[in-house]
Amino acid sequence: MQEHETDHWVRTHEAPRMDPPSSSVGPRAWLWKNIFASMADYSTPGKAVTSVMMLFMTVFSAYALVWMVWTMLDFALFSATFFDPEGLKRDACLVNPAGACWPFVQAKWYQFMFGFYPPEEVWRVKVAMAILGVGIAWLVFPLPHRGKVAAFMLIGFPILSYVLLNGMPVEDDGDLGHIFAGAWFPLVLAAAAFAAWFIANKGQFGDVGQAFAPALLMAAVVLGAWGMLPLVTMVIDLALGTEVVETNKWGGLTITLVVAIFGIVISLPVGMVLALGRRSNAPIIRYSSVIFIEVVRGIPLISVLFFASAMLPYFLEPGVDFNKLLRAMIGVVLFASAYMAEVIRGGLQAIPKGQYEGGMSLGLSYWQQMRLIIMPQALTTVIPGIVNTFIGLFKDTTLVLIISIFDLLGILSATLKDPEWSTPTTAYTGYLVIAMIYWVFCFGMSRYSVYMERKLDRGHR
Amino acid sequence: MSSTSDRDAQGTGERTGLAALVFDSRARSLFFQVVLALAIIAMIVVAVQNAAANLAEQGREFGFDFFDRPSDIQILTTFGTWLVGYEAGQNSIFDVFLLSIANTLIVAVAGIFFATIWGFLLGIFRLSHNFVLNSFATFYVELLRNIPLLLQIFFWTAVLRIVAPSERGTYGTLIPGLLQFDAKGIYGPYPVPHDGFALTMYALVVGIIAAWGFGKYAAKQQDATGKQLPTFRVGLGLIIGLPVLMFLVTGRPMSIEWPNFVTEGPVFRRGFERGVGSYIAPEFMALFLALTTYTAAFIAEIVRAGIQAVPKGQSEASAALGLPDNLAMRKVILPQAFRVIVPPLTSQYLNLTKNSSLAAAIGYPELVAVFAGTTLNQVGRAIEIIAIVILVYLTISLLTSAFMNWFNNRVKLVER
Repeated sequence: MQEHETDHWVRTHEAPRMDPPSSSVGPRAWLWKNIFASMADYSTPGKAVTSVMMLFMTVFSAYALVWMVWTMLDFALFSATFFDPEGLKRDACLVNPAGACWPFVQAKWYQFMFGFYPPEEVWRVKVAMAILGVGIAWLVFPLPHRGKVAAFMLIGFPILSYVLLNGMPVEDDGDLGHIFAGAWFPLVLAAAAFAAWFIANKGQFGDVGQAFAPALLMAAVVLGAWGMLPLVTMVIDLALGTEVVETNKWGGLTITLVVAIFGIVISLPVGMVLALGRRSNAPIIRYSSVIFIEVVRGIPLISVLFFASAMLPYFLEPGVDFNKLLRAMIGVVLFASAYMAEVIRGGLQAIPKGQYEGGMSLGLSYWQQMRLIIMPQALTTVIPGIVNTFIGLFKDTTLVLIISIFDLLGILSATLKDPEWSTPTTAYTGYLVIAMIYWVFCFGMSRYSVYMERKLDRGHR
Repeated sequence: MSSTSDRDAQGTGERTGLAALVFDSRARSLFFQVVLALAIIAMIVVAVQNAAANLAEQGREFGFDFFDRPSDIQILTTFGTWLVGYEAGQNSIFDVFLLSIANTLIVAVAGIFFATIWGFLLGIFRLSHNFVLNSFATFYVELLRNIPLLLQIFFWTAVLRIVAPSERGTYGTLIPGLLQFDAKGIYGPYPVPHDGFALTMYALVVGIIAAWGFGKYAAKQQDATGKQLPTFRVGLGLIIGLPVLMFLVTGRPMSIEWPNFVTEGPVFRRGFERGVGSYIAPEFMALFLALTTYTAAFIAEIVRAGIQAVPKGQSEASAALGLPDNLAMRKVILPQAFRVIVPPLTSQYLNLTKNSSLAAAIGYPELVAVFAGTTLNQVGRAIEIIAIVILVYLTISLLTSAFMNWFNNRVKLVER
């Protein structure tokens, strides 16, 4: 090394910025890196085999992907029949025998949405769906008063939508007396229970009174709801003047949503109780939860539905027969609750023991610990699992068609039998539309769960 | 809680009488358990009484004697009917029960086998740096797992109906010289064993046992000396070579029965002759395709999550040791990924088995369709039949869980 050159290698001005090498930018580099690099190594026989296999699979996948997308586009758009202005029905679609028959969907859209609901009463379903849409949008996009809206959607909306969809006519003679006659007794009891809770909670009845305070409050709520329900429905009914629409006239997306939302709203709390029961120290509670969960998870939903439709009537009082739709809904709820319980149990197991001990050392009761400390953390951890169960439940609602309830898929199968629309592609068109509706709901739910997971992440993992 | 401080002030002293009982956690727990037990017992008693009353009202009895009755329902030719040798009017309802279980099991086993292969492939595709493979797998998974299975079963049924040649006197070819199909199903060769074929089967059993023994020996050798024996090749040779050798030595005691396509005679007799050659019903194919493709989408996600759960350092370490990619995958990554994969994979297998009951919607004669459906309508014993169906599914579930738990214990990480 020569002394006099030492000051020369210090750079005094910035070097010109060079472009990245041409092999690392541009479409060619992208293609190389993302496609061809994986099949370019032929240095050893083993790597050559891998490369050839990659080449083969890539060609196959590319072909399959292009073929699938092209077939769908061609079927749905390019070769499709869109309009039937002359009302030719199937003859309009037979002109394009390889494409979708969209006039069929236009003609049957009402049934896909509402089934056999009488058209003059259908505004009731539309109002209920509109409230549902607004409510879900309110909760999904964080708008103010989320808690109140959520409470309404969980408690108020089911009652309201039942009144809207089913209707509860007051007797024709205008005699409202019997409704009050049926309502006053539970209301008085509810008021008594509420007063007792209020005093007991103040500590007037001592320790024992305080221990029973939650039970009193629960009794007050149940009795109050029992007494108020006929009055509330009567008021709504007097205001709207709705007629009864039997559930066998409901159908299509209406039934799918009714079954799915009922299942989602009920299965979450039932699942929580079952999960807590499975982790309880009391053997009878634990074993009954375990047996229920494992039996239900071990059998297919169809057999639960068959149980609800064919076997359950035998176990009820002779002559008692309740609604087929309600029985199917109970079946779906029983089924979903067992899966929900296992998901929540996973969340409970992920909570460190210190959280329970911390709750105890603060002097919280079991239910306070669960409500304030354990459940919020457990549920947050297993949001993906809960939403997956919801998605599964939503897809499983299609099974009610096997016990002849006309949900979205059931109503499609029924309309496909219409000879006026019988073309080679009617079935595919119908399947495509229904599949898209289900896909939008399920994919939307899964994306929302990813978003919630990210938003609620407290950085534990 | 505003009253917490009050309660603390009162709650410190010794309690007596009722208060002692109310605040004793054991007494509370006992109380709630007794309430629950009484409620369950009351429910069962009421249900049994109601069932007895209902049955008496309808003039029916409870019992399983209907199993001996002859069954005169027509059943689609499937694995189950072949196994039992079913003919309407000739067999009892118990045979129908057995054949429906066989049908459930065959579609479940076939579905599990192919869904596993396809699902693993898709899962590895989804992790590939290859853009084409990656987007193909993503498209496939996101499309299929968000559409109800029942809809997919209907779709496949419609596809098979359209694809098959509908005209009488024509058929399509699936694999030239081997498999043909028409609107009623797929037809192929049927191997008819002759006397002495049993020896070949014995050779197969011996081959499997010998291969297993050699595997054990090779593992021991490797532990002792570090030398690897060609387990795979020797095993394959034993399992395939031994029976083939025996087959040839005993003079090939088997003939092949080919499907017979009738082109002459009365029109309604044309087409493939019934009962000649082997036959797969389109209902089976639709159910099998739907179950396999649908479950594979879920298995792909499980495999992807399992491989992603293996820390990156593991693949870096195996690269540092000079292991080639496929060996690193086989010896380092997959064995660790398996620990994450096996439990959810088990529940997918169980789901597939349970989902095979959706065949009730397309008429493939499995347990729910033919036993809880047709037979129930015929004999009307709802309580007995549905209870049996539930028991069968529970048994299948428990056996599968037991097997997968055993497998899980084998691949589980052995910790200190």
